[in-house]
Amino acid sequence: MRRQAYYIPEMPPTSSIVLSAKSLERTVSRMADEILERNDGAEELILVGIQRRGVQIAARIAELIKDRDGATVPLGALDITLYRDDLQTVGPRPVVGRTDLPGDLEGKRVVIVDDVLFTGRTIRAALDELADFGRPARVGLAVLIDRGGRELPIQPDVVGKHVEVPLGGRVDVFISELDGRDEVVLNVMERT
Amino acid sequence: MTPTASSVLGKDLLGLEHLSAEQINVILDTAGPLKEISERAIKKVPTLRGATVVNLFFEASTRTRISFEFAEKRLSADTVNVASSGSSISKGETLVDTARNLEAMRIDMVVIRHHASGAAKFLAERIESNVINAGDGTHEHPTQGLLDLLTLRDKLGDLRGKRICICGDVLHSRVARSNIWGLTKLGAEVAVCGPRSLLPNAIGEMGVQVFDRIEQAIEWADALNVLRLQLERMQAGYIPSLREYNRVFGVTSERLDRAPRDILILHPGPMNRGVEIDSDVADGPHSVILDQVTNGVAVRMAVLYLLAGNKPTLATAARGDA
Repeated sequence: MRRQAYYIPEMPPTSSIVLSAKSLERTVSRMADEILERNDGAEELILVGIQRRGVQIAARIAELIKDRDGATVPLGALDITLYRDDLQTVGPRPVVGRTDLPGDLEGKRVVIVDDVLFTGRTIRAALDELADFGRPARVGLAVLIDRGGRELPIQPDVVGKHVEVPLGGRVDVFISELDGRDEVVLNVMERT
Repeated sequence: MTPTASSVLGKDLLGLEHLSAEQINVILDTAGPLKEISERAIKKVPTLRGATVVNLFFEASTRTRISFEFAEKRLSADTVNVASSGSSISKGETLVDTARNLEAMRIDMVVIRHHASGAAKFLAERIESNVINAGDGTHEHPTQGLLDLLTLRDKLGDLRGKRICICGDVLHSRVARSNIWGLTKLGAEVAVCGPRSLLPNAIGEMGVQVFDRIEQAIEWADALNVLRLQLERMQAGYIPSLREYNRVFGVTSERLDRAPRDILILHPGPMNRGVEIDSDVADGPHSVILDQVTNGVAVRMAVLYLLAGNKPTLATAARGDA
């Protein structure tokens, strides 16, 4: 029987910073501009952040739009837990967060805001949930990080940054309101 | 990454006696955001799509059954109501046979109300479906206890050190028992107040104070949970008359005017206006009775959500086969 020739130590994941605090600020700022450009201003616009970190990013974008355009964009929060397609398999039930939408969505231009876009399943759930609140004129999607790997035909309109993530890798978004610092980190398991 | 409700409830909800403070808080924290669903134009989320829930009611109930049915429907479950009259139960079928027949039709959850204490546990040990106790004899009524806790927590904040007095027929009340367990676990101080004939002998062993006069309870408490006085109790000789009960133990606005602090009035319903509670109190500024009803749907949605799909542990599964 062949024996393993080398001892392969468990490698710790290597982390690299994708966005620093400063570059995250610039990125969100550009996203605000793109949202204004795509919607030709802030009229009828509603930003809906997905729990959890999408909510804070949406709030920052709304703040920036106010600086640029003078308009106050209504903010909403969406918790998609009850619309997930994997509830039968996830084991312990996920904590349900707050859903709070600003009034009727009829005829509005809704922009969904999330931190990381991966399989697209979260956005599928968000679209289903939004439909229960009315019929917006248009729904767009703005994400801070697009890491690829879609399992559904869903594409973002506004992307902060595209990140190539190797198999088994993970993108962590830290937002100062929740995590005490602004940073986006890519963790990759080394394979030998 | 989604955080998970780390302390799962297990397969069934049979009572609050054997739940930890952490588990109770998970249910209440889940119920909070679920309230919003009932405020939507489309009051429905797809969470329990495809799950079948049977409401098995061996005892008359309007409020609890309707509340469960709303909770189930707002989570998109399919529901079937079985009442004891007009079903095979009235032909003498046993509880286990009824449940096993239902299970053979591939149901997922059973909500049971039964006149025998322990009926929910008995059933839970013998079927694979999730069992929720909707009141068993004089034992427990956990979802009522939970909705009272949620209402109190919404109004008073953290319940540690808060003083809650349960007034009336504690002896026959499963609501009282679930309240006492739940409140003490969350750190509240609990008292009971009522005629000695309607208090259990060993009530002190549940860690509660006893007040013989409603005035003392009102002076002490942050909230009173006023129980329904079942009219049959008078015929059975527990109290001399309803009028006298109202005179001595009735919660009236004159008595509440002398309360040293803001006091909340809860009542699990249905009320006997003019007996345990006066109309101007029930409809007055202290009353949170309708908040309780609203919270009831949210708490039951939370329990359904947290239990759905949970499988029996190996030990209980083995017992069920025996």
